[in-house]
Amino acid sequence: MSDSLKLSLTRRYRFSASHRLHSPHFSEEENHRLYGKCNSPYGHGHNYVVEVTITGPVDVATGMIANLADLDPFVELEVVEAFDCKYLNEELPEFRETVPTTENVVREIYRRLKKFPTARLERVRVEETTKNSFEISTES
Amino acid sequence: MIRVTRKVEFSAAHYYHNPALSAEENRRIFGKCNNPHGHGHNYVLEVTVAGEPDPATGMVLDLKELKDILQREVVDRMDHRHLNYEVPELAGKIPTCENVAAAIWHLLVHKITKGKLDRVRLYESPDLFADCTSDHNGDGATPEAGARG
Repeated sequence: MSDSLKLSLTRRYRFSASHRLHSPHFSEEENHRLYGKCNSPYGHGHNYVVEVTITGPVDVATGMIANLADLDPFVELEVVEAFDCKYLNEELPEFRETVPTTENVVREIYRRLKKFPTARLERVRVEETTKNSFEISTES
Repeated sequence: MIRVTRKVEFSAAHYYHNPALSAEENRRIFGKCNNPHGHGHNYVLEVTVAGEPDPATGMVLDLKELKDILQREVVDRMDHRHLNYEVPELAGKIPTCENVAAAIWHLLVHKITKGKLDRVRLYESPDLFADCTSDHNGDGATPEAGARG
Protein backbone atom coordinates (compact mmCIF):
# COMPACT_ATOMS: atom_id res chain seq x y z
CA MET A 1 0.00 0.00 0.00
CA SER A 2 2.11 2.87 -1.25
CA ASP A 3 -0.65 5.46 -1.54
CA SER A 4 -0.67 8.09 1.13
CA LEU A 5 -4.25 8.33 2.26
CA LYS A 6 -6.10 10.67 4.51
CA LEU A 7 -9.02 9.36 6.54
CA SER A 8 -11.65 11.27 8.40
CA LEU A 9 -14.68 10.20 10.37
CA THR A 10 -17.93 12.14 10.50
CA ARG A 11 -20.68 11.73 13.03
CA ARG A 12 -24.08 13.45 13.06
CA TYR A 13 -25.81 14.70 16.22
CA ARG A 14 -29.07 16.54 16.77
CA PHE A 15 -30.50 19.15 19.05
CA SER A 16 -33.56 21.39 19.01
CA ALA A 17 -33.40 24.95 20.19
CA SER A 18 -35.03 28.33 19.80
CA HIS A 19 -33.49 31.68 18.98
CA ARG A 20 -34.27 35.18 17.88
CA LEU A 21 -32.13 37.20 15.51
CA HIS A 22 -31.92 40.68 16.91
CA SER A 23 -28.87 42.93 17.04
CA PRO A 24 -28.44 45.74 19.54
CA HIS A 25 -26.44 47.57 16.87
CA PHE A 26 -29.62 48.35 14.93
CA SER A 27 -32.95 50.02 15.57
CA GLU A 28 -36.15 47.96 15.92
CA GLU A 29 -37.04 48.89 12.38
CA GLU A 30 -33.63 47.99 10.98
CA ASN A 31 -33.68 44.66 12.85
CA HIS A 32 -37.05 43.89 11.38
CA ARG A 33 -35.89 44.79 7.90
CA LEU A 34 -32.63 42.82 8.22
CA TYR A 35 -33.82 39.64 9.90
CA GLY A 36 -37.47 39.53 8.76
CA LYS A 37 -39.44 36.68 10.35
CA CYS A 38 -36.36 35.64 12.36
CA ASN A 39 -36.72 38.89 14.32
CA SER A 40 -40.13 37.85 15.72
CA PRO A 41 -39.93 38.93 19.41
CA TYR A 42 -40.82 35.61 21.07
CA GLY A 43 -38.27 33.58 19.12
CA HIS A 44 -38.70 30.47 17.00
CA GLY A 45 -36.92 27.11 16.84
CA HIS A 46 -35.14 24.60 14.65
CA ASN A 47 -34.13 20.97 14.66
CA TYR A 48 -30.41 21.46 14.28
CA VAL A 49 -28.09 18.75 12.95
CA VAL A 50 -24.41 18.95 13.87
CA GLU A 51 -21.93 17.10 11.67
CA VAL A 52 -18.59 16.63 13.40
CA THR A 53 -15.55 15.53 11.35
CA ILE A 54 -12.38 14.33 13.00
CA THR A 55 -9.14 13.21 11.42
CA GLY A 56 -5.85 11.65 12.42
CA PRO A 57 -3.97 8.38 12.15
CA VAL A 58 -5.94 5.15 12.45
CA ASP A 59 -4.86 3.28 15.57
CA VAL A 60 -3.71 -0.17 14.41
CA ALA A 61 -4.96 -1.82 17.60
CA THR A 62 -8.50 -0.47 17.30
CA GLY A 63 -8.87 0.35 13.60
CA MET A 64 -10.21 3.75 14.66
CA ILE A 65 -9.32 7.43 14.36
CA ALA A 66 -11.12 7.92 17.66
CA ASN A 67 -13.40 5.70 19.65
CA LEU A 68 -17.04 6.74 19.35
CA ALA A 69 -17.33 5.74 22.98
CA ASP A 70 -15.17 8.83 23.65
CA LEU A 71 -16.47 11.15 20.92
CA ASP A 72 -20.19 10.63 21.58
CA PRO A 73 -20.22 11.53 25.28
CA PHE A 74 -17.88 14.47 24.59
CA VAL A 75 -20.22 15.94 21.97
CA GLU A 76 -23.28 15.08 24.06
CA LEU A 77 -21.87 16.99 27.01
CA GLU A 78 -20.34 19.95 25.16
CA VAL A 79 -23.07 20.48 22.59
CA VAL A 80 -26.23 18.43 22.88
CA GLU A 81 -26.81 18.88 26.62
CA ALA A 82 -25.76 22.52 26.43
CA PHE A 83 -27.92 23.45 23.44
CA ASP A 84 -30.87 21.03 23.39
CA CYS A 85 -34.27 22.50 24.28
CA LYS A 86 -32.73 25.84 25.16
CA TYR A 87 -33.49 29.41 24.15
CA LEU A 88 -30.05 30.24 22.79
CA ASN A 89 -30.31 34.01 23.32
CA GLU A 90 -31.05 33.75 27.03
CA GLU A 91 -29.68 30.43 28.20
CA LEU A 92 -26.21 30.34 26.66
CA PRO A 93 -23.94 33.09 27.96
CA GLU A 94 -22.08 33.12 24.61
CA PHE A 95 -25.20 34.51 22.90
CA ARG A 96 -26.02 37.25 25.38
CA GLU A 97 -23.99 39.71 23.32
CA THR A 98 -23.70 37.75 20.07
CA VAL A 99 -26.59 37.21 17.66
CA PRO A 100 -27.28 33.43 17.52
CA THR A 101 -27.18 33.16 13.77
CA THR A 102 -26.10 29.70 12.71
CA GLU A 103 -22.77 31.21 11.62
CA ASN A 104 -22.19 32.13 15.25
CA VAL A 105 -23.67 28.85 16.51
CA VAL A 106 -21.30 26.78 14.34
CA ARG A 107 -18.37 28.90 15.51
CA GLU A 108 -19.28 28.35 19.18
CA ILE A 109 -19.74 24.59 18.65
CA TYR A 110 -16.37 24.42 16.88
CA ARG A 111 -14.75 26.28 19.81
CA ARG A 112 -16.18 23.75 22.27
CA LEU A 113 -15.27 20.67 20.21
CA LYS A 114 -11.75 21.84 19.41
CA LYS A 115 -10.80 20.56 22.88
CA PHE A 116 -11.54 16.93 21.92
CA PRO A 117 -8.39 15.23 23.14
CA THR A 118 -7.89 12.09 21.03
CA ALA A 119 -8.23 13.26 17.39
CA ARG A 120 -7.98 16.45 15.38
CA LEU A 121 -11.22 18.34 14.76
CA GLU A 122 -11.34 18.95 11.03
CA ARG A 123 -14.77 20.42 10.40
CA VAL A 124 -18.08 21.23 12.00
CA ARG A 125 -21.15 21.63 9.85
CA VAL A 126 -24.51 22.69 11.26
CA GLU A 127 -27.77 22.25 9.40
CA GLU A 128 -30.25 24.80 10.67
CA THR A 129 -32.93 23.36 8.41
CA THR A 130 -32.72 20.80 5.64
CA LYS A 131 -32.09 23.72 3.29
CA ASN A 132 -29.49 25.79 5.17
CA SER A 133 -26.15 24.60 6.45
CA PHE A 134 -23.06 26.37 7.77
CA GLU A 135 -19.60 24.94 8.20
CA ILE A 136 -16.24 25.81 9.63
CA SER A 137 -13.00 23.95 8.92
CA THR A 138 -9.62 23.81 10.55
CA GLU A 139 -7.08 25.54 8.33
CA SER A 140 -4.49 22.96 7.35
CA MET B 1 -12.21 19.89 -13.00
CA ILE B 2 -15.48 18.07 -12.52
CA ARG B 3 -16.28 15.59 -9.76
CA VAL B 4 -18.62 12.72 -10.55
CA THR B 5 -20.13 10.66 -7.72
CA ARG B 6 -21.79 7.28 -7.90
CA LYS B 7 -23.57 5.64 -5.00
CA VAL B 8 -24.01 1.92 -4.27
CA GLU B 9 -25.25 0.01 -1.27
CA PHE B 10 -24.27 -3.26 0.29
CA SER B 11 -25.17 -5.08 3.48
CA ALA B 12 -22.60 -6.89 5.55
CA ALA B 13 -21.84 -8.22 9.00
CA HIS B 14 -18.85 -7.49 11.22
CA TYR B 15 -17.62 -7.29 14.78
CA TYR B 16 -14.67 -5.63 16.44
CA HIS B 17 -12.11 -7.76 18.17
CA ASN B 18 -8.35 -7.49 18.54
CA PRO B 19 -6.83 -10.89 19.41
CA ALA B 20 -3.78 -9.16 20.86
CA LEU B 21 -5.94 -7.73 23.65
CA SER B 22 -7.64 -9.50 26.53
CA ALA B 23 -11.36 -10.28 26.40
CA GLU B 24 -11.92 -7.60 29.00
CA GLU B 25 -9.97 -4.97 27.06
CA ASN B 26 -11.86 -5.86 23.90
CA ARG B 27 -15.16 -5.36 25.69
CA ARG B 28 -14.01 -2.07 27.20
CA ILE B 29 -12.73 -0.59 23.92
CA PHE B 30 -15.29 -1.95 21.49
CA GLY B 31 -18.40 -2.20 23.68
CA LYS B 32 -21.43 -3.67 21.92
CA CYS B 33 -19.44 -3.96 18.68
CA ASN B 34 -17.37 -6.70 20.36
CA ASN B 35 -20.31 -9.12 20.41
CA PRO B 36 -18.72 -12.25 18.86
CA HIS B 37 -21.90 -13.16 17.03
CA GLY B 38 -21.47 -10.03 14.94
CA HIS B 39 -23.99 -7.48 13.77
CA GLY B 40 -24.64 -5.80 10.45
CA HIS B 41 -25.17 -2.58 8.58
CA ASN B 42 -26.61 -1.32 5.34
CA TYR B 43 -23.52 0.41 4.06
CA VAL B 44 -23.86 3.22 1.55
CA LEU B 45 -20.79 3.88 -0.56
CA GLU B 46 -20.24 7.12 -2.47
CA VAL B 47 -17.33 7.05 -4.89
CA THR B 48 -16.16 10.32 -6.42
CA VAL B 49 -14.02 10.50 -9.55
CA ALA B 50 -12.46 13.81 -10.64
CA GLY B 51 -11.35 14.85 -14.08
CA GLU B 52 -12.02 16.89 -17.17
CA PRO B 53 -14.89 15.81 -19.42
CA ASP B 54 -13.77 14.20 -22.67
CA PRO B 55 -14.74 16.72 -25.40
CA ALA B 56 -16.05 13.93 -27.64
CA THR B 57 -18.32 12.25 -25.05
CA GLY B 58 -18.90 15.07 -22.59
CA MET B 59 -18.08 12.62 -19.80
CA VAL B 60 -15.33 12.40 -17.19
CA LEU B 61 -15.90 8.66 -17.36
CA ASP B 62 -18.72 6.41 -18.43
CA LEU B 63 -20.90 5.95 -15.33
CA LYS B 64 -21.93 2.54 -16.61
CA GLU B 65 -18.26 1.55 -16.44
CA LEU B 66 -17.95 2.94 -12.90
CA LYS B 67 -21.11 1.09 -11.90
CA ASP B 68 -19.61 -2.16 -13.20
CA ILE B 69 -16.32 -1.54 -11.36
CA LEU B 70 -18.15 -0.85 -8.08
CA GLN B 71 -20.25 -3.97 -8.53
CA ARG B 72 -17.25 -6.18 -9.30
CA GLU B 73 -14.72 -4.76 -6.85
CA VAL B 74 -16.93 -3.88 -3.89
CA VAL B 75 -20.46 -5.25 -3.99
CA ASP B 76 -19.54 -8.74 -5.22
CA ARG B 77 -16.82 -8.90 -2.55
CA MET B 78 -18.68 -7.45 0.42
CA ASP B 79 -22.44 -7.69 -0.05
CA HIS B 80 -24.04 -10.22 2.29
CA ARG B 81 -20.63 -11.22 3.61
CA HIS B 82 -19.05 -11.23 7.03
CA LEU B 83 -16.27 -8.64 6.77
CA ASN B 84 -14.12 -10.34 9.43
CA TYR B 85 -14.04 -13.71 7.71
CA GLU B 86 -14.94 -13.43 4.04
CA VAL B 87 -13.10 -10.40 2.68
CA PRO B 88 -9.36 -11.08 2.24
CA GLU B 89 -8.59 -7.35 1.84
CA LEU B 90 -9.63 -6.87 5.47
CA ALA B 91 -7.76 -9.88 6.84
CA GLY B 92 -5.90 -8.99 10.03
CA LYS B 93 -7.68 -5.63 10.29
CA ILE B 94 -10.56 -4.56 12.44
CA PRO B 95 -13.39 -3.80 9.99
CA THR B 96 -14.17 -0.32 11.26
CA CYS B 97 -15.71 2.23 8.93
CA GLU B 98 -12.23 3.80 8.57
CA ASN B 99 -10.54 0.51 7.60
CA VAL B 100 -13.32 -0.61 5.24
CA ALA B 101 -13.22 2.78 3.47
CA ALA B 102 -9.42 2.51 3.09
CA ALA B 103 -9.71 -1.07 1.76
CA ILE B 104 -12.29 0.09 -0.80
CA TRP B 105 -9.95 2.92 -1.86
CA HIS B 106 -7.18 0.40 -2.53
CA LEU B 107 -9.55 -1.88 -4.46
CA LEU B 108 -10.65 0.99 -6.70
CA VAL B 109 -7.68 3.28 -7.15
CA HIS B 110 -5.98 1.38 -9.98
CA LYS B 111 -9.22 0.19 -11.58
CA ILE B 112 -10.38 3.69 -12.43
CA THR B 113 -8.48 4.61 -15.56
CA LYS B 114 -10.50 7.61 -16.76
CA GLY B 115 -10.37 10.47 -14.30
CA LYS B 116 -8.83 10.04 -10.88
CA LEU B 117 -10.30 8.55 -7.75
CA ASP B 118 -11.00 11.60 -5.60
CA ARG B 119 -12.91 10.37 -2.56
CA VAL B 120 -14.40 7.24 -1.05
CA ARG B 121 -17.16 8.02 1.42
CA LEU B 122 -18.58 5.06 3.31
CA TYR B 123 -21.70 5.43 5.43
CA GLU B 124 -22.04 2.77 8.09
CA SER B 125 -25.33 4.40 9.11
CA PRO B 126 -26.96 7.71 8.12
CA ASP B 127 -25.20 9.31 11.12
CA LEU B 128 -21.71 7.90 10.67
CA PHE B 129 -19.38 7.93 7.71
CA ALA B 130 -15.67 7.76 6.90
CA ASP B 131 -14.00 9.70 4.08
CA CYS B 132 -10.88 8.44 2.37
CA THR B 133 -8.96 10.84 0.13
CA SER B 134 -5.42 11.32 -1.16
CA ASP B 135 -3.28 13.05 1.42
CA HIS B 136 -2.06 16.05 -0.59
CA ASN B 137 -0.36 17.96 2.19
CA GLY B 138 0.93 15.04 4.22
CA ASP B 139 -0.39 16.29 7.55
CA GLY B 140 0.26 13.06 9.36
CA ALA B 141 -3.26 11.69 9.02
CA THR B 142 -2.11 8.72 6.98
CA PRO B 143 -3.83 5.53 8.10
CA GLU B 144 -1.80 2.63 9.33
CA ALA B 145 -1.53 0.18 6.49
CA GLY B 146 0.12 -2.85 8.06
CA ALA B 147 -1.69 -5.89 9.37
CA ARG B 148 -1.69 -6.12 13.12
CA GLY B 149 -0.58 -9.16 15.03
